[in-house]
Amino acid sequence: MTEFTADPPVPPGPPRQRPAAIRAVPLRHPWRWVAAVLVVLILAGVVDTFITAPYLRWSVVGQYLFDDRILEACVVTLYLTAIAMAVGVTLGVLLAVMRLSPNRVMSSVSWLYIWFFRGTPVLVQLFFWFSIADILPYLSIGIPFTHVMVQASTNTLITPLLAAILGLGLNEAAYMAEIVRAGIISVDHGQTEAAQALGMRRPQVMRRIVLPQAMRVIVPPTGNETISMLKTTSLAYIVTLHELFFVSQEISFFNYRVIEMLIVASIWYLVMSSILTVFQYYIERHFARGAVRGLPPTPIQRLRRMLFQFHAVPPFGSDAEPDVEPWLPPAPPHSGM
Amino acid sequence: MATPMVRAESVHKSFGRNEVLRGIDIEVAPREVMCIIGPSGSGKSTFLRCINHLEKIDAGRLWVDGELVGYQERGGRLHELPDREVCRKRSEIGMVFQGFNLFPHMTALENVIEAPVRVKKEAAAVATERGRALLDRVGLGDKMDAHPRQLSGGQQQRVAIARALAMQPKLMLFDEPTSALDPELVGDVLNVMRDLAHEGMTMIVVTHEMGFAREVGDSLVFMDSGMIVEAGTPRDVIGNPQQQRTKDFLSKVL
Repeated sequence: MTEFTADPPVPPGPPRQRPAAIRAVPLRHPWRWVAAVLVVLILAGVVDTFITAPYLRWSVVGQYLFDDRILEACVVTLYLTAIAMAVGVTLGVLLAVMRLSPNRVMSSVSWLYIWFFRGTPVLVQLFFWFSIADILPYLSIGIPFTHVMVQASTNTLITPLLAAILGLGLNEAAYMAEIVRAGIISVDHGQTEAAQALGMRRPQVMRRIVLPQAMRVIVPPTGNETISMLKTTSLAYIVTLHELFFVSQEISFFNYRVIEMLIVASIWYLVMSSILTVFQYYIERHFARGAVRGLPPTPIQRLRRMLFQFHAVPPFGSDAEPDVEPWLPPAPPHSGM
Repeated sequence: MATPMVRAESVHKSFGRNEVLRGIDIEVAPREVMCIIGPSGSGKSTFLRCINHLEKIDAGRLWVDGELVGYQERGGRLHELPDREVCRKRSEIGMVFQGFNLFPHMTALENVIEAPVRVKKEAAAVATERGRALLDRVGLGDKMDAHPRQLSGGQQQRVAIARALAMQPKLMLFDEPTSALDPELVGDVLNVMRDLAHEGMTMIVVTHEMGFAREVGDSLVFMDSGMIVEAGTPRDVIGNPQQQRTKDFLSKVL
């Protein structure tokens, strides 16, 4: 009987001497220096103009940066971001699955939702939820043709926070639906077929096979959406929610330092979005498993490598940089970390 | 005579106006290994996919182990089977794809135990034990925790075979299992398939590997443009083809 095997590999020839590594004189790039100096000068000019603006009181910025009202407002901004994104992601996944459903009614309703909420400004939607009591003074849930029902005044039900959550969350769902849909579509159809061939049911295929792989495509734009949401929460000032922008403006009504208070708010927005960026990086790294051979380095690993390699660039062809795992540099003995 | 494992009667299938299958009649006995050869676009893969209802047939009848595929006959009419039933029947048929289609976010072992645990509701410990044994059997005992992307094509395809076997199927469908492999990796996969055939698994293999068809196959079918041109024992079809079309095809691939 024949074994289905390949031919034995050809034995290698006699080892050849390796030529010396190339040590050439590097090419100079004078225009890079000119461009760099120019850009730095322009930047310095702009920064100087603003920092030394005659009526700008930096002391006011310092005075209010850690004001209790500002810190509390930061917390409000953060949890509004979290809740609005949670609503957006949950509803977005639902809408995406509906949109891809073979049921025509489902996909049409989803399309209509996305069309409506993407087509109207979020500021308008926020104000709509805030003012809904004008047209619906009472909200009630009950069984038709009976007197069994629960009723509540819209004004007490729709607080500024709820209006903000509805306005931002429902709007976000429309965008998330498109992101999730793109992620689901990006998964090779062979995956669905393989899972179906094993006898998996539709919801199982979606939950166990398709969505985990779609995450790799879904997570990066979702991170962007979250950072975007952090800043969009400032629109909730229109529903009188005491978030960061509203509070900083409120304070400036009393101290007349509008720009200083905007700087205070901006510093906190920058701090919070920077923290979110770091989170985003690690989450993306987590979902890259199975998609790349080695994981990309964490910022700390990258910093360590940069410090290490800046001083000692390994010569070409040396063993200092292995090819097997290009993402994970060899740990230097004393890297200062 | 025992119930045939697969029986096809005048199976037709179109995609839009493109008629891919134009009357396929076939019978595969239990423990039989049938190889299907033919030029690309001849409908071989489509027919295979009809057997586990990944594609719906338009006309004719198709039975697996005596039961209609995808339908139920009641009162002289065909009723579509509910999703649950279709899935149950699929779970009894293993399928191996040209492009492997392993789940890239799971390790080799997780790929193998996914369906037993999720579909058959087996205890994880039981499924894991059998999964390990299966991976051992296909020669990948040391790759249990590797992700598909860390494996060669031949290794991936062997994991895919183990994954299908983990459901303890009564029929295995192979859709050009070695066509996407480097030539030197083909042998390992074919060896696994041959062992499987010798253990008595019923197999339908769409392939271009004439050596495998001749040595392992009990029967050989040559398909062209949606029809069966010639069928018989591999020795007869390859050694003494009756149809000119078969002769032309064989002269190109042998």
